[in-house]
Formats: sequence, structure tokens, C-alpha cells
Amino acid sequence: MPTFQNVFTRVQVQGHPHYGVPLPAGDEPRIGKPIFVKLLGLFGNAQIGPVYLGTLGILSLACGLVAFVTIGLNMFASVDWNPIEFVRQLPWLALEPPAPQYGLSIPPMNEGGWWLFAGFTLTVSIMLWWLRMYNRARALGMGSHVAWAFAAAIWLYLVLGFIRPVLMGSWSEAVPFGIFPHLDWTAAFSIRYGNLFYNPFHALSIVFLYGSALLFAMHGATILAVGRYGGEREIEQIVDRGTASERAALFWRWTMGFNASMESIHRWAWWFAVLCPLTGGIGILLTGTVVDNWYLWAVKHSFAPAYPEMWAPIPDPAQGG
Amino acid sequence: MKNIAIVAALLPFGALLVIAFFFTVGWERPPIDVQQVGYRGTGMEEPNNPREQAKLVALNQIPPEIYPLDSPADLASAPKAREIYENVQVLGGLPEPQFTRLMAAITEWVAPEEGCGYCHNLDNLADDSLYTKTVSRRMIQMTWNINTDWQDHVKETGVTCYTCHRGNPVPENIWFKDKPQRFASAGMLGWNDGQNRPSEKSAYTSLPVTAFEAYLVGDAPIRVQATAALPTTEGGSTIRQTEETYGLMMHMSDGLGVGCTYCHNTQAFGSWELSPPPRQTAWHGIRMVQDLNGSYLLPLTDTFPPERLGPTGDVAKANCATCHQGVFKPLYGASMLDQYPSLSGAP
Repeated sequence: MPTFQNVFTRVQVQGHPHYGVPLPAGDEPRIGKPIFVKLLGLFGNAQIGPVYLGTLGILSLACGLVAFVTIGLNMFASVDWNPIEFVRQLPWLALEPPAPQYGLSIPPMNEGGWWLFAGFTLTVSIMLWWLRMYNRARALGMGSHVAWAFAAAIWLYLVLGFIRPVLMGSWSEAVPFGIFPHLDWTAAFSIRYGNLFYNPFHALSIVFLYGSALLFAMHGATILAVGRYGGEREIEQIVDRGTASERAALFWRWTMGFNASMESIHRWAWWFAVLCPLTGGIGILLTGTVVDNWYLWAVKHSFAPAYPEMWAPIPDPAQGG
Repeated sequence: MKNIAIVAALLPFGALLVIAFFFTVGWERPPIDVQQVGYRGTGMEEPNNPREQAKLVALNQIPPEIYPLDSPADLASAPKAREIYENVQVLGGLPEPQFTRLMAAITEWVAPEEGCGYCHNLDNLADDSLYTKTVSRRMIQMTWNINTDWQDHVKETGVTCYTCHRGNPVPENIWFKDKPQRFASAGMLGWNDGQNRPSEKSAYTSLPVTAFEAYLVGDAPIRVQATAALPTTEGGSTIRQTEETYGLMMHMSDGLGVGCTYCHNTQAFGSWELSPPPRQTAWHGIRMVQDLNGSYLLPLTDTFPPERLGPTGDVAKANCATCHQGVFKPLYGASMLDQYPSLSGAP
């Protein structure tokens, strides 16, 4: 009898490989002979393959590879092709967007041109991958929820790297491709525009980010906790409520006075996750285009708190103070 | 059995965490002392590692006085240095015993191992053939300039040769322009826009390492935050400018061993009304370093021999760490000027 009472997966099904439902006419066949990996079975499905790559998948991977290699070669060149320094400095290295003086024009390749090229190929790759996700979901007769959730993330990506730079009239406003550099960009962005914490859309985005994590934990914990009553059969229990469902619902009504249903909890989770980049993207889009200093904006609209003075205010020395 | 399985499952995560610690710089073990510097609950606090502080305190003590100065009456009756020695261009007005004592002190502070011969031709002390002697003269004038014209920054505490030198002929915390990239600057790819490399100059962030040239030699505008809620027709600073300012700020933080909140209210970095008072002192400090680099160090470029210059042939320059050396006030604010009053200003 399988049990679900552990925080780790206890049940692993290995048998004849599942090849999937028949593909629609005109689709290429799935490739690869399925294998079973016990270790992966501890985390998910033990069966690997067959894989459907298709034209969109191959094109997407190819474009992604071009972007990846463009970024990597630029990083490698920036340490004068020294492999040891490349590894040592990798977290610091980046492909930078063009300098401010180039505006929206095409800069020389070695002064941001490669950034435009990598950004373009990466965007093509992501768009093709989105189409592939949409098509594959339709081919399986599924809804397109995953593709639209992915589109929400693409919205934030496009705002940061394309839409906002275009509205600001300069590619230099965009994010560099690099590990530490994109984080330093984020901090500098917040400082330049007067503290992003006063941006209400940034606040909403954080609510949905942390809220997603909270909902995920609550939902995962609830279902595992009622696993002994068959609670993992969530979808059936949307219409055919059983004791697992009732116990889970009662638990939350007891503890916080309200409970989601077996159906609605998944809508909660989907909307929280999707609204995180949607609201975040709106917040970024408004920054510099509509609002230049979020702190002063928040003061103007009376939602930045004023704290008691701890010292006599100092004058600005540049004004002769 | 079950427990072993759980431990076995957690082990790889533990191992990954330990490996991550090894590869991440700047970890310090708790406990860390935190001092509240602003209104409660606003994050205005200054963290300090008491173990690192103890080391810093030991490193930043003023040296013992070399020997007591003669009484004012004795000094008044003593002959001037220029009456006894030849070619005393800067300190000639000092009474001879005070002059000799200062020379001995400078030897202790700057060239304790090399001795008088580091600056002087020992066969003829008046001889100007060693470049170090020419530099020393200028450095004494620079010290006077700091202690008289830059009291907005150094207050009554002032500086001496020891503030920067600490027993080293060349102060430890100086900076040169970086060597340009060998291939990328002339090649097809690899442009890094003067940033994205681990450098002490930007406190090991990936921020631009060009901030010293821009703000401590040049006078580029440091203020980048918008001063109005809505965009203006003039436009504002770019992200690149912001990152350069941020690089300078990281150096100041690193060089003084303080966090952002030492000078800024992080609620609104740009606001002077909300800023803690040390920000004013720091503002004058930036202008002081511009003056020191522009008026004293850069003009000495041709005086130094090539081996003392940087990879692009520029002279050693000062930044905040040159004096501060990781402490919010150099030598924790201990003044040496009462012991060596001849350094507090031109006689």
C-alpha cells in the first residue's frame, strides 16, 4: 500500500514505458527509446523520453544556443581569452547593452552590437519555445494555461529588455546579460528611480511572489496531509468530493475561517504566479517613463511614511550648507 | 532505517551548502553587533563584526611619540633649520630641534627600514638627487593643505604622514588606472564598458571600476537620483552613470568599513534632509581627494621613476581608503597633531 506521509516521494512506478497518446497527423514522431532512472524517480517520473522536439523545438534551441554562445564568447574575450580567469571571474562577467550615447541606433558590434544580437536571438528562441508549448498543449488536447503563464514571464522579460528601453529612447537602459551584473543593474535601477519599494506595482509583484510561495506550501502540505484518504486525486474531487477533500476544507475553515476548493486552489496558484510578472512588468514599464522618483511620488500621494527626526536635518553642502 | 534515509537524502543538500560557502566571499560568522542609528524599524543600523573590529583597532593605533618636543621657550631661542642646514625649502622656518625631530618621526612613519637614505643622499643631505626627497616636500605641503583648508573634512583631528603611510614608503591604499583589456579593447568582441570584473576599486561588485577617474580625479556629477516625482524634459541620469556612482559609494563603504546607512537614509538616498550628518563630512572628503589628486599627486607624475607608476604610466593616487584604511575615522579619530604641531599648517 503506497503511503504519502513522508515529505519525500515514497512511491516509484517502473514498468513498461509509456509512449504517450498518438500524435496528430503532420507531426513528427517522438524520438528516443525511453529509459528508467531510479534517482529521478525519487523526484519525479522515473521514465525519461521519448522526446518531442519538432521544428519549433529545434529552431528554438538553435537560436538559444546562438545567444548563449554569443554571450559566452563575449565574456571569454573580456578576460582576454584566459580560460582560468574565465572560470574565476564568471559571476562578474557580462555582455553589456550599448553605451548611452548610441540611443536606439545600432552601435558598433563591440560596443553593444553583440548585446542587441544576443537579445534578438534569445527573444526569437523564447518566442518559438512559447509557440511550441502552446502547440504541444493543443496536440495533447490540453488547455493552454501553461503557455499563458509562460507568456506572463515573457511580458516581464520584454518590458525589461525591449519595451521600456524603446520608450526611454536608449538601449543602455536595458539589463546586461551576466550573473552579478544583472543584480547590480537591479540595485542601480532602484536607486536611480528613487527606491522601487515605493512603486505600488513592485509592491503588488512582491505580494504575488511571496504569496505564490505561501500558497504553494499550503497546497502541497494540505494534499500530502490528506494523502492517506486519497487526497491526491484532486481533479476527481472537484466534482466528487470525498473525505480527503472534506477534511482538508474543514482544516482550513477551522484554522483560518475560509477554505479554497479543490478546483479554486489551482486558480489561486495560477493567478498568483501569473500576476507576479504581470504587475512587476507594469511597475518597470512606468519607471522612468511615467514616474522618475518613486519616493517623491509616494510622498506626493501621501503613502510614504514620515518618521520622527533623530538628528537636526543637514543642509546640502553643494548649496553652501 | 527511515531516519538513515532522511539523513541520506538531506546530506547532498548540506554538502551543496558547504560548497557554496567555500565559493562565496565575504562570509563572517555570527554574532554580529548591530547599532541602531536611526528611527526604529527603518533599517537604519550599522552592523559590526566584533572580531574584525578588534583586529582593526589593533591595526589602527597611533605610534608612540618619537621623543618629547622641546619646551616652547627652548624652541623660541633655537636657531631656524635654514640657518643650520642648506637647501631646506619647505621646513626651513622650523626651529632646528623641531625640524630634526620631525625628520626622525617621518623616517619612522615612512621609511623605518630604509632610514634617512630613502630620501637623502647620505653623503650630502642637502642634495636633491633622489626623487623621494622632492616628493616628500610636496607631501608635507599637501599635509598642511589638508589640515588648514580641508577642516570641513578632517576637523581638528587632522592628518600626518602616518595617517596614510603607516610605516610603508608607499601607502598601501593607493590606486592606478587599470591596464586596458589586451584583446577586447581593439578586437571584435569582449567589450566590458569598464565594469564587470572583481576589483577592490568597486568592493568586488561588478560595478564600474572607472569611478575613481570620474569622481576623484575628474568632477563628474555624482548625483543620479531624480529630484522630482515625474520625469522632466531635461531627462535624468542613465543607468550607466548610476552604476558608476554606485561603484564610488561601494568604495567609500568598503574603505570606511561602514554600510550605506552611515551616510544615507536608504528610504531616499538622495535626500539631504533625511541623511545622517556624516554625509556632509563625506561630501567634503570627495572634494578634498579631488584637490589632493589634482593639485599634488598628478603634477608629480614626471618626478616618479617609471617603476613607481601604474601600468598605463599614471601616478599613484589617493582615494578614501588611503587615509581611512577600513575605519570610519582614520586611526579611530586619534589626533597626532598635538605631538607634531609643525604638520598642522605652513609656519
